[in-house]
Amino acid sequence: MTGFATLLVKELLRFWKVAFQTVGGPVLSALLYLVIFAQALGAHVRVFEGVPYTAFLVPGLVMMTVLQNAFANSASSLIQSRITGNMVFVLLSPISPAEFFAAYTLASMARGLVVGLGVLAAAAGFVELPAVAPAWALAFALLGSALLGVLGLLAGLWAEKFDQIAAFQSFLIVPLTMLSGVFYSIRSLPPAWQAVSHLNPFFYMIDGFRYGFFGASDVAPAASLAVVAVSLAVLSALALQLLRKGYKLRT
Amino acid sequence: MRGVEKRYGALQALAGVSVAVRQGEFFGLLGPNGAGKTTLINIIAGLAHPSAGAVSVLGADVSADYRRARRMLGVVPQELVFDPFFTVRETLRLQSGYFGLRANDAWIDEVMHHLDLDAKADANMRSLSGGMKRRVLVAQALVHKPAVIVLDEPTAGVDVELRQGLWQFVRRLNRDGHTIVLTTHYLEEAEAHCQRIAMLKAGRIVALDTTQNLLASFAGPHPADLEDVFLHIMHSTGA
Repeated sequence: MTGFATLLVKELLRFWKVAFQTVGGPVLSALLYLVIFAQALGAHVRVFEGVPYTAFLVPGLVMMTVLQNAFANSASSLIQSRITGNMVFVLLSPISPAEFFAAYTLASMARGLVVGLGVLAAAAGFVELPAVAPAWALAFALLGSALLGVLGLLAGLWAEKFDQIAAFQSFLIVPLTMLSGVFYSIRSLPPAWQAVSHLNPFFYMIDGFRYGFFGASDVAPAASLAVVAVSLAVLSALALQLLRKGYKLRT
Repeated sequence: MRGVEKRYGALQALAGVSVAVRQGEFFGLLGPNGAGKTTLINIIAGLAHPSAGAVSVLGADVSADYRRARRMLGVVPQELVFDPFFTVRETLRLQSGYFGLRANDAWIDEVMHHLDLDAKADANMRSLSGGMKRRVLVAQALVHKPAVIVLDEPTAGVDVELRQGLWQFVRRLNRDGHTIVLTTHYLEEAEAHCQRIAMLKAGRIVALDTTQNLLASFAGPHPADLEDVFLHIMHSTGA
């Protein structure tokens, strides 16, 4: 195996060895949202014509879980390794900045996708879900998880302590995902809030992912995918630049 | 190492260090706390960037040609760090993999055997005592059979038995042609093992000679040991 492959395997093992916490926990949380919202609102809310609210909810919850877990993986792994000092074992090796970047991002994508699939599989047990354009759903899941994996990498590099990562999650990632149209269509919002929602990059990921199931969305999926792809390219370039400089890794 | 300087803001940790460690040599790097030993090792290892100067390992520049340099370098860090997710064997396999080595189990077994880690091969890193963790650190530095081995205070907080086992193993590696660079506060260890010694004080080299010459240079009331020489040099050189 190359250094890159080993680092990827190590990052996969890191979350898989504690899958009860890193996969099981988030799947349960998402299902609780589903049960509670579907029970409370299911009979009263209709977003897309002919789509029950419970079905509308599932793709949004899946994507929200994918994004939050992709972020959590790289962010927590990096901050842990930096604070405990075991990052030194990677830094002493000939692994290049690009390999480092790819291993952390791919492992984050894997965690996001595994948790997302778990939510989808569990929800499929009691919600009937169409899959009109699965390739779109897959494209958004891949790019979205990569984007949040890179964002987690940046947060993990920048933060000096665990509570800064927690703050990043609580005050940025969670609000942006919750307010991105997971639980509603932004068309139901007043015009001003619709405009604000369009500034939220998470909105495009949720909306585009949902298109893959129902063939209906607030924004054309190609436009959403372009927003996600450009964001991913910009953040990746930034992360690679920081890694090449050894930002907060090499003094 | 050629003219290596390192500044952290106003602090000058290294003020122009030039040393050529010879291939196959057992080399000691001594100095009081804060003299810059670990900073120098971090620069050799690529963990810190020099503010000026350059370092190469067997001809490979540690920044420009870092991949080649790091393959030839095995560093035992001073801090007792470990990854709590893995067992000893997993840790050593991962470390091999970082260097692009697979199917390295025969060598991993040999290293574990020499460091008396066999019985702990499948124990989680968290469950090990400090001394055992130190042994794993040494093993991790050796998984890729580096030509140059840097030991940053390898025997700090380690019991006599491990110290002896460790030195036996390191001397064997040295006899087999590995270059050893050692920092330690146990001067009797440096005296026993190092062929040449550099003494650092406040980021500068204040003495650099063979251990024999250093001992012979000290004219005291009784036969000198390295501690006498060290204290004499540290007190007789300006800050």
